[in-house]
Amino acid sequence: MSKFLTHFLFTYYIEYMAYTEEELKKELETKEYEYGFYTDIESDTFPVGLNEEIVIAISKKKEEPEWMTQWRLEAFRIWESMEEPTWANVHYEKPDFQKISYYSAPKSADPNKTLDDVDPDLLEMYRKLGISVDEQKKLQNVAVDIVVDSVSVATTFKKTLAEKGIIFMPISEAIKEHPELVKKYIGSVVPQKDNFYAALNSAVFTDGSFCYIPKGVRCPMELSTYFRINQAGTGQFERTLLIADEDSYVSYLEGCTAPSRDENQLHAAVVELIALDGAEIKYSTVQNWFPGNSEGKGGVFNFVTKRAICEKNAKVSWTQVETGSAVTWKYPSCILKGDNSIGEFYSIAVTNNYQQADTGTKMIHLGKNTKSTIISKGISAGKSQNSYRGLVQINSRADGARNFSQCDSLLMGNECGAHTFPYIEAKNKTAMIEHEATTSKIGEDQIFYCNQRGIDTEKAIALIVNGFSKEVLNKLPMEFAVEAQKLLEISLEGSVG
Amino acid sequence: MLKIKDLHASVDDKEILRGINLEVKAGEVHAIMGPNGSGKSTLASVIAGNERFEVTQGSIELSGEDLEEVSPEERAHKGVFLSFQYPVEIPGVSVTNFMKTAINESRKAKGLEDMPAKDMLKLIREKSELLEIDRKFLSRSLNEGFSGGEKKRNEIFQMAMLEPKVAILDETDSGLDIDALRIVASGVNKLKSKDNAVILITHYQRLLEYIVPDFVHVLHNGKIVKSGGKELALELEEKGYDWLKQETAV
Ligand SMILES: Nc1ncnc2c1ncn2[C@@H]1O[C@H](COP(=O)(O)OP(=O)(O)OP(=O)(O)O)[C@@H](O)[C@H]1O
Ligand SMILES: [Mg+2]
Repeated sequence: MSKFLTHFLFTYYIEYMAYTEEELKKELETKEYEYGFYTDIESDTFPVGLNEEIVIAISKKKEEPEWMTQWRLEAFRIWESMEEPTWANVHYEKPDFQKISYYSAPKSADPNKTLDDVDPDLLEMYRKLGISVDEQKKLQNVAVDIVVDSVSVATTFKKTLAEKGIIFMPISEAIKEHPELVKKYIGSVVPQKDNFYAALNSAVFTDGSFCYIPKGVRCPMELSTYFRINQAGTGQFERTLLIADEDSYVSYLEGCTAPSRDENQLHAAVVELIALDGAEIKYSTVQNWFPGNSEGKGGVFNFVTKRAICEKNAKVSWTQVETGSAVTWKYPSCILKGDNSIGEFYSIAVTNNYQQADTGTKMIHLGKNTKSTIISKGISAGKSQNSYRGLVQINSRADGARNFSQCDSLLMGNECGAHTFPYIEAKNKTAMIEHEATTSKIGEDQIFYCNQRGIDTEKAIALIVNGFSKEVLNKLPMEFAVEAQKLLEISLEGSVG
Repeated sequence: MLKIKDLHASVDDKEILRGINLEVKAGEVHAIMGPNGSGKSTLASVIAGNERFEVTQGSIELSGEDLEEVSPEERAHKGVFLSFQYPVEIPGVSVTNFMKTAINESRKAKGLEDMPAKDMLKLIREKSELLEIDRKFLSRSLNEGFSGGEKKRNEIFQMAMLEPKVAILDETDSGLDIDALRIVASGVNKLKSKDNAVILITHYQRLLEYIVPDFVHVLHNGKIVKSGGKELALELEEKGYDWLKQETAV
């Protein structure tokens, strides 16, 4: 129930407009930019198209300080000079960036809408995922009536976090309240010019979250229950910045197992993780964007840049379960800068029907005795295409660096594809790199064996898929793992005739 | 209990079973022998409902119910069990998890709740002791990396867990060492009752010394060409199949 309140708080931040003298002055200074335009942006949705005025207007809407506006503009100019990448093994109609509206006020609940108005298929899926009725309402933008209880829960969370000095808030708020931290770290791992989508995100991001764990603090809870529902409403260009100060620890869960039918086709998020000396960050994602229907119509394009920097003795683990999106382009990476730092990547990517996924990771070994582990499990069904793309780079001064990679693909049926593109660049002869890859198919004999023991085909596939994915599922926090497991079953439903 | 009438079955338009008649009553043990490729495993598969094979003629009845429209999993729920000649591997799925799923799916089909964990543990303990299976074994992935004999013993462990009405053991004895054969056979004997039946598919008389059959049938070219008592197995051991093949060729 905590989830509702946090959602409520989140939207509140966005809608609330503080107007200080200081800001008024700044606004006047930049008045000429928005002249003739500002009236337009009084409305909740910006006109389509992207130009400097829009970028400034977003910044204005978020009441950002001048340095942030400038940072966005810089990103925009870089983006303008870039080309959309085409190297990934995905095919789609390129979005027209001038036909997208880059700012929409958060939707508020419609008091007249009830669950009876919601697509019964979706409700059935929610039921299978064990999502509570209130949560379903929230996801469907239906007014939720229980607030009292959530207030206390969320307050407890806030209190516990505050006592430890943990900062956890929407990034738009952090820009105002903790400018020194944001200024120092934003773009430090994923610079504006990093890639086409990252540049776009840097220019137009509208919300996301910010988290700072102080020195030596172990965050006492998974930052998940607190957050899960928020994500359902987040926009197209989400920006996350997570800083774990020296010797701290945090486990962060992102995403939502509930299927999100977002009318926004294009999603380009940026996530930056900073693990300072001796810190550990566990970042788990379950992503279930609308993949398009069984004919391949609709569906979300998900182009994400996620990267972590690990200082001395630091450790970052990325764990992801990807079942959604029509097109996914995503490579959570680790820069192992400090000596003895560790990077891990555990991934399950499921594609069905006409979905296309090109995912993987990059492990950049810069420090001595750095270690990385990559376990990637791709499951393809229907007519889908599932690619793993991984880069292991060992720098010349990274003595004693080690990597272990394992890429397993599971195919269902004859019309899908699995591809592996492992790239290895080792510039230090002491590097030890191991790579294993397997491809298997769910066999009729395996299914019959299960059937013979009383397990129907649907359940048999779930069992086989879960077995195949076990090493990765085991890395997820308990509660999330159960949801992920159910999600796998549902995503593959009807994939064998 | 199990009544097979004039059963014909084919795969890819190739007829493999050509008119099998067999009746197995509760409390009985039947042995099916016959040369390689005669159709023994096919018969077992068809009884279990494997859809790779098309039943072109005849019928299979279980306790008076025609199985034609009954799916393999429903047959299992009704008490059909097949110990596979070649058990398949399911990586990442532990024997325990697999059994738990199997038992609970059967219970669900009967409108029962999942078996409480406590009872499940007790059952596992009891049955793994019956078959002298080290419990560490049960946490391993199903059949993955199991030796030939371990796979077979694990099949019978599953049988013990599921307590079927009709158990078909397809060459369970092959691959078992002498001690294992004794353990598995005595396990099967303990599971046997007046309410269930066992069909043993085997090439060797040895198993039949442990599990004594009431009837022995010889399958050749998709047909039962000879039936008799347990002494028929001894005769086969002595003479081989040639005399029968010749007899039927005439
Ligand atoms: N899926 C299949 N496709 C084609 N032919 C098959 C198939 N399954 C079985 N057969 C053929 O059917 C015949 C009977 O096979 P089956 O496995 O039933 O023999 P069996 O009596 O069990 O032999 P063995 O004693 O060697 O186990 C063989 O000729 C076999 O090649
Ligand atoms: Mg056989």
